[in-house]
Amino acid sequence: MSAAPLAMTEATESGQLSRRTKPSTTSDRLFEYASRGSALIVLVLLAGIMLSMVIGGWPAFRQFGVGFLTSSVWDTQSDQYGAWPAIAGTLTTAAIAMIVGIPLSLGIAIFLTQLAPAWMKRPVSTAVELLAAVPSIIYGMWGLFVFVPLVGAYVQTPVSKIVEGLPLVGTILYARAPSGLGVLTAGLILAFMITPFIASITRDMLDQIPSVLRESAYGVGCTTWEVVRHVLLPQAGVSIIGATMLGLGRALGETMAVTFVIGNANRLSASVFDPGSTIASRVANEFNEALGMQLSALIALGCILFFVTFVVLCCARLLVARVGKI
Amino acid sequence: MQADQPLYVAKPFVSRVRPSRRASDRALKILSMLFTALGIFVLFWILGMLLVKGVSALSIDVFTKITPGPGTEGGGLANPLIGSIVLTALGMLIATPIGVLAGTYLAEYGKASKIADVIRFINDILLSAPSILIGLFVYTLLVAPFGGYSGWAGGVALAIIALPVIVRTTEDMMRLVPGQLREAGAALGAPPSVVIRHVTWRAARAGMLTGVLLAMARIAGETAPLLFTALNNNFWFEPSLMGGVSNLPVTIYQFASAPYDNWQALAWAGSLIITFAILGLSIATRLILSKGH
Repeated sequence: MSAAPLAMTEATESGQLSRRTKPSTTSDRLFEYASRGSALIVLVLLAGIMLSMVIGGWPAFRQFGVGFLTSSVWDTQSDQYGAWPAIAGTLTTAAIAMIVGIPLSLGIAIFLTQLAPAWMKRPVSTAVELLAAVPSIIYGMWGLFVFVPLVGAYVQTPVSKIVEGLPLVGTILYARAPSGLGVLTAGLILAFMITPFIASITRDMLDQIPSVLRESAYGVGCTTWEVVRHVLLPQAGVSIIGATMLGLGRALGETMAVTFVIGNANRLSASVFDPGSTIASRVANEFNEALGMQLSALIALGCILFFVTFVVLCCARLLVARVGKI
Repeated sequence: MQADQPLYVAKPFVSRVRPSRRASDRALKILSMLFTALGIFVLFWILGMLLVKGVSALSIDVFTKITPGPGTEGGGLANPLIGSIVLTALGMLIATPIGVLAGTYLAEYGKASKIADVIRFINDILLSAPSILIGLFVYTLLVAPFGGYSGWAGGVALAIIALPVIVRTTEDMMRLVPGQLREAGAALGAPPSVVIRHVTWRAARAGMLTGVLLAMARIAGETAPLLFTALNNNFWFEPSLMGGVSNLPVTIYQFASAPYDNWQALAWAGSLIITFAILGLSIATRLILSKGH
């Protein structure tokens, strides 16, 4: 059965139909089997990804056991590998992205649904969606050539000067070499990447709330802040949490933009101004030169990333009511 | 009140909103506007940067010459441009029939059955799965066993990323087609598959096309899955697509932080081309959708 819906013209088809006395059941059944089979491919793919990660990472898991998750050694000479620095980097950058990104996306969604005058809605919405469509490698370029120098000159250098020698803060916010690269920079780039994505889903959620609710709240004299705080957020709260978790799933697995700006250090530093690595950036950096145990360790990293994002995305999808947005 | 005064004096309006309430309200409005302005500012910043650095790097050579080796002068992006087009087309050719059929199953045959619900859920997970994992999967499936990188592996990796987008939009768009149309087709004696192909698909055509375009915009800039599948090199790829196939995203990645000026210029030119192609696709999908409504 051809999958091209537009190949046949209308005329021949209506001719066929009028001549036909009995519908052909074989082609009918074939078509149904073809679509059922295609739908099952989706399941096969996810199972295949899961299996390939587990099988490919198995040698590393067997060799290093639970210590693989907690060890910080990454040494190709002695073939010792530990995942902790990459796991910590992934979690830190995602956390920074969330802390910065959630308020930004909520603000944009509230502006688009509650405050923007009618003529502004469309162009601003389009701009936000275009921002979501910009490929991650371009964010990486922008990050490396525009954002990194700015962070180095106006954030890392002055802040390091201020906090030097202070307890705790002096460790977390101190750049040994203020190049601009580092975990914080990667987290901020991620924030810019996931903001348009979360904002456009949240906007759709807020748009779906019946306007009667809003109008009655305004009618009893609520201010916009009170309407948002006591009417909209309780109504759409669960799906907004789901939307942010979708964004989190993106932030955890983002590769190129992070690889450009995180500095790709194998060691773990206590400071967010120092270079680090995430699971995705380490795999992208080392995979093509890796052999044997290193290859297996990298796939094992991918396996960890898969299960973390799988859990996050499952929760997100259970919370988000399906809207017509991707 | 004195007797010679009118009964009613219009007082100046005094808002009875407490200052604290007004302050929090104003704070919300100002912050929302600021955040939106920041978002738009970042978009124009990125586009502006691409134009400033990319346009100066554009020339006829970019489209006609192949990528320069390390330390050689000049060169262009002809091979990664063609390679990217080939890989994207390959990915779309694999993903579109499967995606359209799977979406059709969910909308017409599966409907509310258990298995259809599971497939929908898994499809949504695949939709946001990290693309680097898909690269790893295709590596273990098609690169490691066959002992070499190939354009085919790259095309399959891109197809896996495009598939869930097409499945989802196809299903959503077919569900919008009113049931009476299907019934009318069935009343003429057309079997279900004919009704689907000639009534439902035809009615949902514009929406399904946007799904395909969206998927294309999604895979055109994907870098991570190509790193381990199609790889990249500085010469023309084999017509058989075996061995590495040069492509724009990986070329940009490798050239951007290279120590050669002409490599960096080419990376900017490539970024400009790829971004505007993708944004053009996104705008096209919006136009098609808004024309339909």
